[in-house]
Amino acid sequence: MSLDPHAPGRRAASDWEYAPAPESAAIGRVRDRYQMFVGGKFVDGRGADLTTLNPATAEPLSVVSTASGPDVDDAVGQARKAFEGSWSRISGAERGKYLFRIARGIAERARELAVLETLDNGKPIKESRDADVPTAAAHFFYHAGWADKLQHAGFGPSPRPLGVVGQVIPWNFPLLMAAWKIAPALAAGNTVVIKPAETTPLSILVLAEILADADLPPGVVNILPGAGDIGRALVNHPGIDKVAFTGSTDVGKQIQRSLAGTGRRLTLELGGKAANIVFDDAPIDQAVEGIVNGIFFNQGHVCCAGSRLLVQESVAEEVIAKLQERISTLRLGDPMDKNTDIGAINSAEQLARVTALAATGDDEGAIRWTSPSPVPDRGYFFPPTVFTNVAQSMRIAREEIFGPVLSVLTFRTPDEAVAKANNTPYGLSAGVWTEKGSRILGMASALRAGVVWANTFNRFDPTAAFGGYKESGFGREGGRSGLAAYLDTDDEGGL
Amino acid sequence: MTALPTLAARGRSDGPADAVPDESSLRRFLHGLPGVDSVGVESRAAGLATRSIKAASKLRAIDLAISMVDLTTLEGSDTPGKVRSLAAKARRPDPESPCVPAVAAVCVYPDMVAVAASALSGSGVGIASVATAFPSGRSSLAVKLADTRLAIDSGATEVDMVIDRGAFLAGNYGKVFDEIRAVRAECGSTRLKVILETGELATYDNVRRASWLAMLAGGDFIKTSTGKIAPAATLPVIHVMLQAVHDWYGLTGDRIAVKPAGGIRTTKDALRYLVAVREVAGAAWLDPYLFRFGASSLLNDLLMQRRTQMQGHYSGPDYVTVD
Repeated sequence: MSLDPHAPGRRAASDWEYAPAPESAAIGRVRDRYQMFVGGKFVDGRGADLTTLNPATAEPLSVVSTASGPDVDDAVGQARKAFEGSWSRISGAERGKYLFRIARGIAERARELAVLETLDNGKPIKESRDADVPTAAAHFFYHAGWADKLQHAGFGPSPRPLGVVGQVIPWNFPLLMAAWKIAPALAAGNTVVIKPAETTPLSILVLAEILADADLPPGVVNILPGAGDIGRALVNHPGIDKVAFTGSTDVGKQIQRSLAGTGRRLTLELGGKAANIVFDDAPIDQAVEGIVNGIFFNQGHVCCAGSRLLVQESVAEEVIAKLQERISTLRLGDPMDKNTDIGAINSAEQLARVTALAATGDDEGAIRWTSPSPVPDRGYFFPPTVFTNVAQSMRIAREEIFGPVLSVLTFRTPDEAVAKANNTPYGLSAGVWTEKGSRILGMASALRAGVVWANTFNRFDPTAAFGGYKESGFGREGGRSGLAAYLDTDDEGGL
Repeated sequence: MTALPTLAARGRSDGPADAVPDESSLRRFLHGLPGVDSVGVESRAAGLATRSIKAASKLRAIDLAISMVDLTTLEGSDTPGKVRSLAAKARRPDPESPCVPAVAAVCVYPDMVAVAASALSGSGVGIASVATAFPSGRSSLAVKLADTRLAIDSGATEVDMVIDRGAFLAGNYGKVFDEIRAVRAECGSTRLKVILETGELATYDNVRRASWLAMLAGGDFIKTSTGKIAPAATLPVIHVMLQAVHDWYGLTGDRIAVKPAGGIRTTKDALRYLVAVREVAGAAWLDPYLFRFGASSLLNDLLMQRRTQMQGHYSGPDYVTVD
């Protein structure tokens, strides 16, 4: 018999679990119906009303008035009037004041915005609260600082705004993408007509209230909820001077085709299939965290998600074992629970797409592993999934899945890692995990990707330029290069 | 030169035993452990610290934390009276609520062990003692062993030893290893907690190496701090140590216990540690046999928060005892 008074069994080991910790939906102040924002006013659009769903329950959340063709004409006209009437003429310092006011407005209504975003998008409240909303505010703060310093930014002595900008944003980061698009455009002196995604129109319409509260001159920002046809009408509108689009590569190609030869400026931020490369001298535990964050952040609905894990063969077994164990601890479920790590897929349509693409992995002979985390019986959920034995030739290694699905490939040498990482039509982001500084620098210059993270993944900052190579698009957002995309300059500055 | 050894490469059969035939293999083994990225481990610790613990699970966590406390007095001014009153508190932390569990152990200097042992006899509460020239460890091995012997002969059920940080930082891992082995031998069946004094080790890489060194040498516990050095226990350091015991379990099938000590004063802090235990080491470690808090002021905050949970209102420090 043990002499030890603390031998196991003296007290039963605890099966301590976390109680549900739901954030209150009431904080989101979801209204029954939302209107478009045109010419500084909330107005009904001439399109049919659209019902937006809560993807975690598949139940209707609210109704949004949508735009039709004539509304696009109106909005572009309002934006033109505002551009010529005041916005392009007032001083940069004055524009900066509005931007600072908007940034503060976002910060003041942060909790409401976070809840609303989670209800409408399905992402965990933890992420909307700690990532989306603070980063959106940060983009306005950052660009507010640039508004009166454009002539000192290395674009020559008198950089000029382009005019009216047409912007189309996706559903994965509705508020954050609105901030990425609107803040630099306004700082540079442009006016904006922007269309949010069909499934996530709400947070940008609350942002519209913040814009109105900041006394932003009417027409400087116009928001047109609607489906793809409104996006098409907007980007093709002859009154637009520049188009900025974030979304799928297919739509990006259509836009590029339709704008070719018109002389209108275009930036595209499209899909990705990022390689996350783990060398055998990596800080393994942090690499595992980084892999998890790289592919499961926002349910993998991230264009720069680290969806291809390239791991050196000598540590592959260890990394995969640790990764699966770590993923097993991720909590999938109610996005409004503060302890939820993985929320809902944004729509039934997207869930079907992820499910279908994952099925091709099975068909092509990859080995599927699924997290044992229970899946809620209503709403759109897809459990974290890892495919091993993946080859470059498989669809799951080539196509963007845009969901919580990781493909694991292996490599033997740094050259092989670079060759495999670059062997993709995309080039948005990449990750490198190694304790060796020279290798980080060598890999960063060899990888054809707009962002290369070293020993981290999915870090965003308004000061850092973000954008792609190849089919991931062109143009940059954030930093000085991001400003250049909204300025008519003598010198475009270094990308 | 091969790349870093991995857990997989260090398979169970030719694993840890082979790491220590001589000083240079020990060094190679410790330096072959994967590095710790400080930004990564700190952001993981900060992220997990935002877990929201509510209602019934909070109450259970508080009781669990109480049962994990090593109620500690390590002052030059300790007296038998002080130790006896601490022992009384250890047996029955909240006089008005007999359902509050007893703490895990009382932790005292070796010369106070006899007092604690008589005060705690029959209670099931352990008697931990800091030996080996605590807290600096700056003495001969003979003195350290004699210190340990005094504690055990006086009735200690657990010995908390400090490692020679000077030797560790000088890269003299063999000396540290041998000392832990020698104290381990002196302890016999008494459980040995190895204090790494992580505040003096300076880097997370060193914390991981020292954790593995202590486990290789036979420590039953790895403990962060003496409580005499700042910083004492921190969440990122505990993450590294929990990862080490988790990896060790994967390699050997043995579960090594972990004890953060120093600076944990509030229930909120304690819950953050429990979340880390659950998610990094695993739920099996949520047991006073495998996880302890080295603390003196934490217990009263746990008791106050427990009352707040039970009664629905906060009653304040005058409603818990100050022993």
